[in-house]
Amino acid sequence: MLGLGCGSVAAITWLALRMDLIDREGHPLHLTLRAPLFWFWLLWEIVKANGQVIRVILDPKLPISPRRFRVPTSQKTDIGRVIYANSITLTPGTICLDVNETELDIHALTADGELGLQSGQMDQLVSRVEGH
Amino acid sequence: MMPSLLDGLSWLLLLSGCACLLISAIGLIRMPDLFTRMHAAGIGDTLGAILVLAGLMLQSGLSITLIKLVLILFFLLFTSPTACHALARAALAGGQKPLLAEPNADNSPAEQSPS
Repeated sequence: MLGLGCGSVAAITWLALRMDLIDREGHPLHLTLRAPLFWFWLLWEIVKANGQVIRVILDPKLPISPRRFRVPTSQKTDIGRVIYANSITLTPGTICLDVNETELDIHALTADGELGLQSGQMDQLVSRVEGH
Repeated sequence: MMPSLLDGLSWLLLLSGCACLLISAIGLIRMPDLFTRMHAAGIGDTLGAILVLAGLMLQSGLSITLIKLVLILFFLLFTSPTACHALARAALAGGQKPLLAEPNADNSPAEQSPS
């Protein structure tokens, strides 16, 4: 019974793909193949950033230096920018406050968080996931 | 041998997840203003949730529960940054100024947050 259900879902998806019916905005199916690699990289970044923020919290001196800055985005589509902004927010120590066509407004807890984003590595990787 | 190993690993993950949540709560109390508190809450949202759910996945074994836990983690990791972003924007729209270490020119100067 379950197999039949899975089979028909797979068949319909395949048909829809062939007919080019997939809504690229709502269901970004073209991203699913490249995304998992990026997820693993992001998972590692999250673990590293968590370590930094945990050390800051447990430090008796609480060495925070909150800052607000803008980073440029190289993504061409809305969904690419959403992935980038969400990845930034998901990484502890950096929060995305505002998004526009070319820049993100970021709030970071420490100088390390700012340096990590200014290096632009995440930006490039998200653009590669976007694949345009 | 195998079940006890899995059990131990699962407990290790659960306990470190709990430690993350505890640290995140401590951070919430220690941080000076709303935006820095959101950073502290981020630990519980990401690493805390990931570790606790991974520990539960090892406990559940190969069953329908495992699929449900994977889905919970999946949706959590998609929705929590969105909620975080919405909270930050609401705070900005409500007139909260982030406390900054060095008030720079293009933003409004830092205010000492009340309380």
